[in-house]
Parts: sequence; C-alpha cells; structure tokens
Amino acid sequence: MSTQPLAAKPAKAPAKEAVKDASMLKQKEMMAAHYDRLSASPETGEKVVCTFVPGNLNELIMCFDLANNLPEVNAIQSGLRRQSGAYVMEAEKAGHSEDVCTYVKSDVGMIAKGNIGPNGKKLPDPDLLLLSYTGCFTFMKWFELLRERYSCETIMLHTPYVADGKITQNMVDYMVRQLKEEVIPTLERVSGVKFDIDRLREYLKQSAKAEDDLVKVLQSAMNKPSPIDGYFGGIYYIGPIFGAFRGTQDAIDYYRFLLEEVEERVAKGLGPVTPDGDMGEEKYRLVVEGPPNYTSFRQFWKMFYDEGAVVVASSYSKVGGVYDFGFRHDPERPLETLAEYCLGVYTNRSLPMRVDMLASYIEDYEADGLLINSIKSCNSFSAGQLLIMREVEKRTGKPAAFVETDLVDPRYFSAANVKNRLESYFQMVDQKRAGVRSAA
Amino acid sequence: MKTYVGIDLGSTTTKAVLLDENCDVLGRGITNSRSNYDTACRVASDEARIDARFTLFRRELSAIHDLEDKVDEILDALERAFRLEQFLEQLADLEETCLSQIAGARFAGLEAGVKKAVAEVFRRLRDEAAALFAPGAQRKSDFFRDIAGSRYHTLAEAVAQDAGLAYELLLNVYDKSIIAVENRPPAGGMADKFRRALDRVLAEHPDYSAAGSDPHEPIERALAVELEEVYLVGTGYGRVTLPFSKEHIRSEILCHGLGAHMMYPKTRTVLDIGGQDTKGIQVDGAGIVENFQMNDRCAAGCGRYLGYIADEMNMGLHELGPMAMKSDRPARINSTCTVFAGAELRDRLALGEQREDILAGLHRAIILRAMSIISRSGGVTDEFTFTGGVAKNEAAVRELKKLLKENYGEVTINIDPDSIYTGALGAAEFARRAGAEALQGEAA
Repeated sequence: MSTQPLAAKPAKAPAKEAVKDASMLKQKEMMAAHYDRLSASPETGEKVVCTFVPGNLNELIMCFDLANNLPEVNAIQSGLRRQSGAYVMEAEKAGHSEDVCTYVKSDVGMIAKGNIGPNGKKLPDPDLLLLSYTGCFTFMKWFELLRERYSCETIMLHTPYVADGKITQNMVDYMVRQLKEEVIPTLERVSGVKFDIDRLREYLKQSAKAEDDLVKVLQSAMNKPSPIDGYFGGIYYIGPIFGAFRGTQDAIDYYRFLLEEVEERVAKGLGPVTPDGDMGEEKYRLVVEGPPNYTSFRQFWKMFYDEGAVVVASSYSKVGGVYDFGFRHDPERPLETLAEYCLGVYTNRSLPMRVDMLASYIEDYEADGLLINSIKSCNSFSAGQLLIMREVEKRTGKPAAFVETDLVDPRYFSAANVKNRLESYFQMVDQKRAGVRSAA
Repeated sequence: MKTYVGIDLGSTTTKAVLLDENCDVLGRGITNSRSNYDTACRVASDEARIDARFTLFRRELSAIHDLEDKVDEILDALERAFRLEQFLEQLADLEETCLSQIAGARFAGLEAGVKKAVAEVFRRLRDEAAALFAPGAQRKSDFFRDIAGSRYHTLAEAVAQDAGLAYELLLNVYDKSIIAVENRPPAGGMADKFRRALDRVLAEHPDYSAAGSDPHEPIERALAVELEEVYLVGTGYGRVTLPFSKEHIRSEILCHGLGAHMMYPKTRTVLDIGGQDTKGIQVDGAGIVENFQMNDRCAAGCGRYLGYIADEMNMGLHELGPMAMKSDRPARINSTCTVFAGAELRDRLALGEQREDILAGLHRAIILRAMSIISRSGGVTDEFTFTGGVAKNEAAVRELKKLLKENYGEVTINIDPDSIYTGALGAAEFARRAGAEALQGEAA
C-alpha cells in the first residue's frame, strides 16, 4: 500500500542488468544444476529430503544418496524473483495470519500454486522431512504443515539451546545418541542405503576444506578497503556451503575460485562488486545483524553502496554455520562434529553470545558501528535485538541503528523510510567522527 | 549581514530559520507544504526574512530612547499592518486571476454577471480585511489559502444568492485560481510593503512619531541591511525533491537533535511528533545524536492522526487540545491507526460518550505510542525536550507529562513555544558551521 510507490518505480523502467563477478556466474550454474537435479528426481528415482539451512546435515544426507531441498532457500528465490508477494497472499487466503513467518507463507503459497521452482519446473514432493531444530520454533511448525501435506516420514533432531554460552559434553552426547538411534536408522530406512561412516568422514574432510576458504573470503573484509560486502555480497558467498553443496568437491572448487577472485581484489586495492559495478570510495564500514530483505534486495543494497557504506561483517552470513571462531567439521569425530556444528549455529546462540560475536566483529573489522535489520515476521532473529543493540553500543562505544523490513513480504519494505533512517545513521556516524576529531 | 538558512520541509508545514553569525535567530518562517516543496521552501524562507526584518527593526527601535517603552506596541502594530498589506496584495492577485478564469462554455452568456459578482465578493473581502488583522483578532490560520478561502466561500454564497447566480460558478473560478496564486511569488517589493505598513500604523497612531523620534529613520536603516545568504541546509521529508546538492542536506534526526540541544543545552532525550513521523532521539552533551527510533512500518499515532480527527469532527486542528483538556475521564482508546480513528470516534459518539473524553483518549493513545518509541530509543534521560507540531497541543502535553512521571519519575520537560522550528534551527546551525568551514577553506 503506502510502501509501494517508491519501491515500484525502478521496476517500471527496464532494470539494468546487474554486474556479476565470475564467482557469481559459477554459483548460478551450480544452483541451476541443483534445481534441475531436484525437478528431475521423479524420473531419475532419486529420493528427496527437505531440511533447513541452519543445522543442515548435508554430509549425512549425501551418505544416503538423497537430494537436498531447502524450503527457505526456495522462499528466498521466490523473493528475489518477485513472486513471493503472490505466494504470501495465497497462504493468507489459506488461513495463515499476517504475522506468520513469510518464508513459511511463501513456501506454502508456492506449493498451493503448483510448487514451481526457480527453473520453471515442478519441485518434487519430499520423501523425508529432516528437521534439525536449532532454535527456530517456526521451522518445527513449518514441517508440521509439510508433514500434513505429504504424509512422509519426519525426523526431528533436537539441538539443545546454548543458553549458558558453552557447549557441554552432555549436549553433544545427547545429540549423538539421537543421530545413532533416530536419525541414521530413519535415513537408512527411507533411502534403502546402508550407513557408511567412512563415506561420512570423506565428506566432512571436504567440508572443512571449503570452510577454510569461506572463512578467508569473509575475513578478507578486514582489509581497507574491504574487497567484499559481507552481507549483501555475503548472501551469495554463503549460498553453496549453506545449501546443498557442503561436503562436495563442487564447493571446494567454488570457494577456491572465489578466494582467488577476492585475493586479486585485495591485491589491487579494490572494493566490492555491486550490481552497479565497482563500489566507489569506502566511507562507512558496518556490521549488520539480521537477515536481509529479499523482495527489494538490490534497492536495499543500493542504499548502502550509493553512500559508500560497505558491510564488513554480518551475523546472517553465519546462519548456516559459524566458522570464523575456529569450528570446522572434523572427520575424526564424525557424529560429534555434526552435533557441535548444530549447537554452534547462530540461531542456537543465546543473546549474550550474539552480543559477544557482534561486538568482536566491530573491533576485529574496525567497523564504524552496528546496523540491525529487524525482520517483522522473524521472531527467532528479532526478539532481543534492541537489547543486543544497546549492549553492543555500550561495549564498543560505536553508534548503532535499527531499520525494519521483512524477509520476502514486499508489503513490509517502505523504501523511503528505510532510506531516511539509513541516511540519518550515516550522518550520525559522520557527526560522531567529527565529534571525536574535535575532542581530540 | 551574513545569514544562514535552515529549512525543514515537513509533510504538513515547511519551516525556515535564519541565523546570524553569532548563532542568534534572526527570523523564523512557516508555511503549508501544499505538495509543492519548491514554493513552500521559497515562501518559508521569505517569511523568515520578513521576520528577520522585524528583529532588525526591534534592534533599531530599542536603541531610540524615546521609543523604548513603545517598541513592542509599535512592532505589533507594524506586523499586523504588514500582514494586512501582504494579504491585500495576494487578494488583488487572486481577484485578477479569478476574473481571468471567467470564460468558456460554462459561463456562456453569464460572463458579465459572474464578473460583477466576483468583483463584489472581493470588494467585501477587502472591506473586512482590516478587521481580520485588527488587534486581538482571532484567525483560524495564518496561511492565505485558509483565510481567503473560508471567507470567500461564505461571502460568495450570499453574493451568488443576491445576484441569482449558481454558487458553483463562483466556487469554480476560485478553485481554478487559488493554487496558481498561492504558488506565485508576491509581485510587490518587500521594502515597499513595510513602508506602506508603517504609514498605515503612523496614520492610526500619530503619537508614535510625535515624541520627536520619527520611526521612519530606524526602519529605513533596518531595511537597508542586506541579508546575505551564505549557506543553506535543508532537512525533512521534502528535502530529496529539492534541487539541493548533497552537502546541503541533513537528516531530520540530526537536525532535531541539534536544534533541541540549541534550545536547551542540557537536553539528552528528544521527542518529536510531526505530521507523519514520531522520533525518539538521544543526544549527547554536544547535541550529537547517540541513538534514535522512528515509527516503523506505519505512521499511526503521528500528527496527521490529530489532523484527521479534526476533519472528522469538523474542528480546527488547534481546537482539539482545548476541548480534550475539558475531560477528566479520558476514554480508553488503544488503536492509533489513523484510518480506524474515525470509526472509533463515531462508534463512541453513538454510544453516548462525551466528545471531550473521546478526544482526551485519542491524545493519550498517541502519547502512549510515542512512549514506546522513546523507550526503544533508550528511554528518557534528564532533560527531556518535546518538539514538533504536536508539542503545541496542551492535551498531548498533559498526557505526556503524566506518562513520563509514571515511567521515569521527575524529569525536566522542555517545550519551547517555537518548538515547531526545532528541525529548521538545527539545519540552520549546520548551515552556519558548513558556511564557516567553507569560509575558512577559502581563507586558507
């Protein structure tokens, strides 16, 4: 309604083709191949498992020759393709309230409208739902809906919340027991493939290689200027490893390729590539907390790079795994490492842990401040964000700001308001700097 | 004289503040934003320059010993006379424009009659104009459109009836003309209007010049001062529509924070309720913004809410507060949705609730929402400064004081009568700083 006029404007003019670097094109091919694999599964006879990004057990899934379909990635694809608005409405028509997570509604609406994936072909019905519960209660409800619809087997792997900031042996044991007693037997039964722990070790070894390179890519933002945008660009960088490619040779190749590309930019002293080409002078270095908005992704990003703002680190680029504090998948402890991976996922971390992480990013990446993009329909991320903001501000002495949008519901992106707040924030950073200078 | 201009282009009104080099406010100007920010910007800064002349007049007149105790009186009379001159000038423009609109099929055969009638309406408008600007006269609004419009409608009805003409014909010419007139810069020179106004005042009060000190001289001295515009900064929602380059634009958050700091240097928390947004701002000891929150995805509970209520109740915006003040049993209203407010209002009226109680409840509702925004920006730290159009509303202020006390205990609450100019004042100070920096740069 009121959010539309400004947002709609650029859409009317034929959109300029976004500038993409070679790694993005490579990733596009990988994603296309994956979606083709999924939509061809009824013919190839491959079985399909639905699972979510945070806490996904891709290496384990691969051990059973299952194809991995990630509903929230599908919702993101619908958002980027401007189809989620209609899907969300479709879900509301089916009785889902306005406040329900819009990933869920986009998915439910997409299924109601024939479940056509980004490649224009129907996505397969799942043979199994594997929920690795890592702090998002909505995921559980989402799979209850899918279970109702598909009447397929469902696995719930419960990850204990890391409330006290420490992963204990008890927690790991509890999860390993679930893996042994529930998860693996069900995977065997549904797939008809016997579990081979050495195969798992092999995949985990490959995961760790790609994880090393991913961390180097993300930490390249410590350079000045940063060669990457760790939030908007970061979304692309995390795509393969957070999706269906962790543990594959494809992922190793992709991250090696990406790292070379990024190192070249560092050597040349270049900033990030934006959809409008190379970014101009780096004026602000920000840390961002919270998921992005996908329906106006490019417009949202533009509000940053037009002002010379680059996101040097973000919590969202860690939702599928937190690797920059040392964790790697460890082939020597295959089941334990899967448990520890799930336990360490960002959404499974307590507020103090999130504060620690964001504050350390501000220090380590020499950022000017923290920006929170609070998502209307994501309680899992949004609860406590004001507290996080205040605490990080207090600890770092750096200014913070708060903008509010939504994941894939286009109705909750009010471009003029968001821009207004961002501009105010950038000027606030300027003013702070000038204040510090004059005080010095 | 070097001056620095700050302009706050709000959704309802556009405000301008003129500062001198010493950071003193020379003048303030306000106009309705009329969906035309170019004009609004020009009119508001013209008004600020007019106001600046009055400041200069005051400086000159105060220096004259014999006039000392009469300065306020003279300036008051001069201002009313000047506003009258201004009104008459625009009225003449409006008349001419209206007369030129009487053509085409709609008026076929009636031209002479309509022209005569329109001329008669304007004759009556001119006749009563002096009374509109008489001492103590109450005007519903100071904007030409509002004053001329409401009187034109009333007078035209009577004239049309007497002349046996359709009322719509007279309304039609007015509707076609008012926007053009409103958006046209005044034709006459400013100085001449001041002179005519002064003559008008002296004709009525020969005693002002009888004391042996002719006010002509000091007034002419003040008029001779050139107001050189060194730097301009724009802020507010309309800023992006103006051909201002980036260095001439500041966010309204920063401007409000700095403006509040200038008015009350001990300010740490600022609440601004404007037409379409509510801002909670935390500033440090130098007026630098530390944190802020604004209304998020919707503008419920902002100034426009009260505007809408006023329309629904067929009252003037500034009449709402006084009526709500009569209530000692505010109705409990939770929704701050502007669109629902009308339904809420009618429903409660139908249930027999008192208008003042409903209004008091509506005021409380918007303040409750503002309190939530303040708390999200970091709560209230002493001192607290309330700004924006709604700060003029006594019922809103009453509710705010109550809720602040309940939630934060004793806090100093600052409300400046000119608080509507807070954003423009901050912008003007940014202009002064930028101007000083530019001058320094040149000198180096």
